[in-house]
Amino acid sequence: MIKMTCRAALSLIVLGACTPAPEGVSVHDPYEETNREAHEFNAAIGGMFGGEDNEVDDGPAIPVEITSKVVNFGDNVSLPGMVVNGILQGNIDNAFQNSARFVLNTTVGLLGFFDPATGLGLAEVETDFGETLSIWGVPEGAYLELPVLGPSTERALAGRIVDMIIDPLEFVGTKEQIEYATIGKIAGRVIKASEVGDTISGVLDDSADSYASLRLIYLQNRRFELGTTLAQDVADPYDDFYGAQ
Amino acid sequence: MTHFTRRNMMVAGAAALSLPQAAVALSSASASALVDRLVADVNAVISSGKSEAGMIADFAKILDRHADVPTIARYCLGPDGRSASVAQMAAYTPAFANFIAAKYGRRFREFVGGEITVQGAKPIKSWIEVETTVLLRGRSPLQMDWHVSDRSGRHAFFNFIIEGVNMLLTERAEVGAMLDRQRGDLDKLIAEMRAA
Repeated sequence: MIKMTCRAALSLIVLGACTPAPEGVSVHDPYEETNREAHEFNAAIGGMFGGEDNEVDDGPAIPVEITSKVVNFGDNVSLPGMVVNGILQGNIDNAFQNSARFVLNTTVGLLGFFDPATGLGLAEVETDFGETLSIWGVPEGAYLELPVLGPSTERALAGRIVDMIIDPLEFVGTKEQIEYATIGKIAGRVIKASEVGDTISGVLDDSADSYASLRLIYLQNRRFELGTTLAQDVADPYDDFYGAQ
Repeated sequence: MTHFTRRNMMVAGAAALSLPQAAVALSSASASALVDRLVADVNAVISSGKSEAGMIADFAKILDRHADVPTIARYCLGPDGRSASVAQMAAYTPAFANFIAAKYGRRFREFVGGEITVQGAKPIKSWIEVETTVLLRGRSPLQMDWHVSDRSGRHAFFNFIIEGVNMLLTERAEVGAMLDRQRGDLDKLIAEMRAA
């Protein structure tokens, strides 16, 4: 039985080696039907939050001096979790950089509302448990579009859940501190999403299939961040069968 | 004179070298220089303060000057291009250029005050990848890579990748979805792209 499975697996690998995947971003989306339902829901609530008024150029309602403080605070309280992930990934340099950043911005940066660390070469090394799983060799899994939370993968979703559990702030903070940190994280994320959101939602509004566009953009960007971009995700129009030659 | 003298060959060689582009070998330096010129042209359009329509028209000219538009257009049409007639392809390529210029030109005002700087360049497969950093007001820097090739007979970019998002692959999917929406009718797709 084991032998048979091994042989099946081996023949799959050999087959895979014989037939190179065609150029294009590989997409594994077995839940497409429910994902599309979530996408319609997200598009509807996105419109409610002003995603459609990108014809009006009256700038953000809240001045950037304030939003940037919220983003700084939200980023700072996310750092302890990133330090844990750095250690789990065996990346001590990154864990150290994020630790130093946390100490500096929490003290000199007045609880993280200011960011003196970046100017001193201690930029945030963004990471999460989804990346830790990727480094541990866990495959990406299926593509997911979640209500409210948006595009994800099975691995990234598992990572988000674990990140909530292993966040050191949850163990050392008081109830109030944990609440402020959580609100700060969410608010920071909403502001950052709305910054990129204008460009992304403009592109998606114009798209013939906004679900497929978002899926493609998310998967390419996520793989780029994790350093797992696949060989077939590179486009060579001069070598391609249907290219210019 | 029926035979080539050494002097004639040298004259021919010098003439070839003085040709604007094809004579300069594609290298990391020449590809970076192309991206520098492209960025200067784009910055000039952004700071011109023109209307959106004016910016889109200028952007179309920049594409013409620096991009291998026929190759990009053909690639994005994918296998469907095989069944297209010569006349259809002749109509499709400029229609596609208009569609791309309008799509990206409309996003230009989001880049007002932005800055693109070349970080370095390296050869990949048959082309040069030029890495740039895009700084936008109040946002984290973005990595934008340009792919420059000489396979069209001149130096031109044929792709750019913003934070891993590959323009050719993304637009090929988009053109495929547009063609599906037109039930595979290429003439209707061409008309839609012309009107963009």
